[in-house]
Amino acid sequence: MIYALCLVLIVIGLYAVVAKKNVVKIVIGLAIAEYGINLLLVLIGYRKDGCAPIMSPDMDAVKFAATSVDPIPQALVLTSIVISLGVLALMVALCIRLYERYGTFDITEMRRLRG
Amino acid sequence: MEILVLLVILMIVGAIIAVETSNLLSSIVCVGAVGFLLSIAFLFLGAPDIAITQLVVEIICLIILIRATISRDLTAVSGDREFFGLTVTLAVVLAVAVAGILCLADFPEFGKSVMDRIADPPTASSQYLATGLEQTGAANIVTAVLLDFRAYDTLGEATVLFCSILGALAILRKKARRRTEEETEGDA
Amino acid sequence: MNDLSTTEGMSLIVKTVTRWLKAFILLFGIYIVLYGHLTPGGGFAGGVIVACSFILLNLAYGQRQGMKAVSLNVAGEMDSVGALIFLAVALSGMFVAGSFFANFIETGEAARFKLLSAGLIPVSNIGIGLKVGMSLFLVFTILSAMHVAVSGSERKMIRRGEE
Repeated sequence: MIYALCLVLIVIGLYAVVAKKNVVKIVIGLAIAEYGINLLLVLIGYRKDGCAPIMSPDMDAVKFAATSVDPIPQALVLTSIVISLGVLALMVALCIRLYERYGTFDITEMRRLRG
Repeated sequence: MEILVLLVILMIVGAIIAVETSNLLSSIVCVGAVGFLLSIAFLFLGAPDIAITQLVVEIICLIILIRATISRDLTAVSGDREFFGLTVTLAVVLAVAVAGILCLADFPEFGKSVMDRIADPPTASSQYLATGLEQTGAANIVTAVLLDFRAYDTLGEATVLFCSILGALAILRKKARRRTEEETEGDA
Repeated sequence: MNDLSTTEGMSLIVKTVTRWLKAFILLFGIYIVLYGHLTPGGGFAGGVIVACSFILLNLAYGQRQGMKAVSLNVAGEMDSVGALIFLAVALSGMFVAGSFFANFIETGEAARFKLLSAGLIPVSNIGIGLKVGMSLFLVFTILSAMHVAVSGSERKMIRRGEE
């Protein structure tokens, strides 16, 4: 059930990328789709009533391995969040340049591909 | 978990507002709200590392987006694209939705982690959790995975971040130098 | 940095609060980077917090005064130094212990849960924190140097429904 809600979030972001005219709205749609994907990855690693994967001095290693949530999706999602920040900075730089060149954020006015 | 379902429903409402509203500043603020709710959801899912990172990265995203759009007069958005049309949009969205629903059947039931599907031989995650402290000496197993067991992926990620920032700087360089030169000439 | 006039940057309240808080934010970011192997956080989150403290300085005091703390050249150099630290850790693992990224500093059982444990992991955290922080500060500075360059007759308004 919660996976289906997550899929709805991803589809909303994808709809904004496909169907919107304003280039800043396209960037926002991509950000929302990335949030949905990160949430989905962490959801599949969740163990019911599990603890966070951080050890404290009084924990036994075997019991810890039996009650903790999965650490590998968390490591990959950490990487993905930072990469999405870099890509967003690049896309916003492109938007600013497009505004300089064409005077508008509307992509239907940007058909003329002069150098 | 009910609180998690409530948070995801609030995120969906925020996402719909962000995508459909015509004022750019409102949609950027709604994206910020979706990011904050996501950070709280990560806390409930037992991932404090990711919650901290998502919170501060969300703040930087908001600052970058607002800086790009706040001083430009364009606040009205003129609807949908005409050359894609309604049918192509629906086709693409439905294709992704159907593919996603077909994949949902393969996911583990929520609450049973994906590393429990195979009990023997033990999966990589179980081994990292059981032997992480002895082999690396780090108490934070996510950091141990990121920087010791899977450090090659972190090298790739540092490279991607470096190249994207390099690209952003290269795109914006010419005007920025001209603008800061004007400023220093004005002061002198 | 003590120019509290309101001709550029934000109002007097924001400038005073920034003057008190910037050291605490920087210190918190460095704490999260250094203790990344014991508590949640690590190099990425800590680096972004360090970048936030410099961005706050730039936003509150205006571009010209904010650049006196960290200028563009210094930020660029420290960014590259951070990336080189991370690469040096990787290559040193290869040369000393035989495989890429091998963690060759052995720590015994008595040194766990302390700050100087976990071998090469704190060094990698410092390298990544430096790199991420300076990159984000650089990209924000360049973006904000651009935002007043577009004015005059190049802007265009699009009304709803008009094609």
